Amino acid sequence: MVDKATRDGFGEGLLELGTTHPNVVALSGDLEDSCRAVAFKKQYPTRFFSVGIAEQDMIGTAAGLAIAGKIPFACSFSQFVTGKTLEQLRMAVCYQKLNVKVVGSHGGLSVGADGATAEALEEFAHMRSLPFMTVIAPCDALEAKRLTIACADYPGPVFLRLGRAPVPAITKASDAAQIGRANVVRSGDDVTVIACGVMVMHSLQAAEQLAKEGISARVINLHTIKPIDRDAVIAAAKETGAIVTAEEHSVIGGLGGAVAEVLAQTHPTPMRFVGVQDRFGTSGNPADLLKAFHLMPEDVVKAVKDVLRLKQHAL
Amino acid sequence: MTTAQPAPDLAAFRKLAVELRQTILRTIANAGSGHPGGSLSMVELLIGLYWHKLRHDPKRPDWPDRDLFLLSKGHGCPALYTVLAYHGYFPKEELMTLRKYPTRLQGHPERGSLPGIEISAGSLGQGLSMANGIAMADRLDQRARRIYCLMGDGEIQEGQVWEAAMTAHHHKLENVCAIIDANQLQQNGPVKQLKDIEPLAEKWRAFGWHTIEINGHDIAQVVKAYDEAATIKGKPQAIVARTIKGKGVSFMELNPAWHGVAPKPDELEKALRELSTVHV
Ligand SMILES: Cc1ncc(C[n+]2csc(CCOP(=O)(O)OP(=O)(O)O)c2C)c(N)n1
Ligand SMILES: [Mg+2]
Repeated sequence: MVDKATRDGFGEGLLELGTTHPNVVALSGDLEDSCRAVAFKKQYPTRFFSVGIAEQDMIGTAAGLAIAGKIPFACSFSQFVTGKTLEQLRMAVCYQKLNVKVVGSHGGLSVGADGATAEALEEFAHMRSLPFMTVIAPCDALEAKRLTIACADYPGPVFLRLGRAPVPAITKASDAAQIGRANVVRSGDDVTVIACGVMVMHSLQAAEQLAKEGISARVINLHTIKPIDRDAVIAAAKETGAIVTAEEHSVIGGLGGAVAEVLAQTHPTPMRFVGVQDRFGTSGNPADLLKAFHLMPEDVVKAVKDVLRLKQHAL
Repeated sequence: MTTAQPAPDLAAFRKLAVELRQTILRTIANAGSGHPGGSLSMVELLIGLYWHKLRHDPKRPDWPDRDLFLLSKGHGCPALYTVLAYHGYFPKEELMTLRKYPTRLQGHPERGSLPGIEISAGSLGQGLSMANGIAMADRLDQRARRIYCLMGDGEIQEGQVWEAAMTAHHHKLENVCAIIDANQLQQNGPVKQLKDIEPLAEKWRAFGWHTIEINGHDIAQVVKAYDEAATIKGKPQAIVARTIKGKGVSFMELNPAWHGVAPKPDELEKALRELSTVHV
């Protein structure tokens, strides 16, 4: 199967929602091409609103559309649609519990050569801290498509984080794709790696390598970072006794933070965080950047070995 | 030190414009990604500054009294990097490192990473506010330098630009000069179709700015506009430069497809050949 970006899955999902959900509308701030919303724009020209390069206005407008009963999908680069707009998302969208879907493409380092200003590495932290906001980061195009469709029937504000770079298929149509429900994508007993986005694939590759060394790693695809699947996280901690989190995002306030918040209060467990170490992105091709920022399978392997030493001490 | 030239050599500038366009395209093609359209449209606007109006010294990029150029439309940086390299801010060969990890020539400019870059940019709409802040500090410090800020015509759809426009007028920031590269297109198509910003000159005038509307590819008009703006007291100035996105390469001109992709080798060859036949 050919690799496909999660943004492409979103585009297909949005197009499908066009037929099934007449109330679905879309907006973009001059990034409908990058966000793969052009097919929807062509098919449903009157249900697509171009707001120009004006992300704050776009989120406010989406709030108005939601007040009037529409289900708006507001699309831009992940950085701009969450970063420039934090205040609009807070008061206009979340405080009013409005049914606005915030779609951020080019999340993480996947925008590559464009460099730091477009590389979104803090959105989970920003979005997760907003009351009522749901935070989703699919791991492949199919999951992105299915979660996009699920969004429309999931009331309230949702942030969907997508990537630009094509990624291999991990999920199948027969897998569950339910908002708020984590998927165990590989079973294991010694340690659990909890990941989202492109890091699910890297964690699976890491688990493969660890298996050769006799280490049995469970891998959880935590596509919904908020509300977090507490049961899956606590069960993993209890059953494997060591946790590594892996995300294409800052280690501050993201998926790792969300997992730690649960475990610190329920079942304190040795942890290691694979993610971006409190720094900005930079220009380069995405593959080189994932290496330079230590987001590769070997980095997950290393974190697993570290956390297993901690687990050993804790015993 | 390069200071204001009383009698600019317009014919030389026209030749220079062709050469810069060729270098810009080679640079983007080598990088494999980047924004040719908006880089090509701003060439004369940069020549008028860097070879005529701007008081700057490539040997002392942090000279405290230099005039400042803020590129707010950060994606146009291949044009700025090329101009800076021609002035010796860094070696021309370094242009070939654009966008390649690790590099000082970031895909969008990073302040502190490369000599001559005054602000980081790339998230559109933020440059003019920074220009205002610098001008306010300069007034406190009795520093007489000018601050030029270049924005795209799509970029000025950002609300912050108009907040800054009111700030500059209210505080009578006469050292601030905004330049709008009105090249008619943004990323997804014509500005007119995506969100019309006209009438542009009237808007800036209504916001209290001394506004000059020019053909941004006519180097004589560009130079004259900069000279006029520098004489204005008591209010900020806006130069609305009517330009053509992708200027100089027929298949790129006013074609939205050339907003953000690099030319492939054959396309580069074609573009360079076309540019080399320009009569100046
Ligand atoms: C805040 C923000 N939103 C969106 C983008 C993505 N983007 C980069 S360039 C561009 C179009 C810019 O159009 P314009 O200002 O007219 O520039 P030019 O035509 O000179 O390239 C867009 C939407 C961005 N860089 N920043
Ligand atoms: Mg433009």
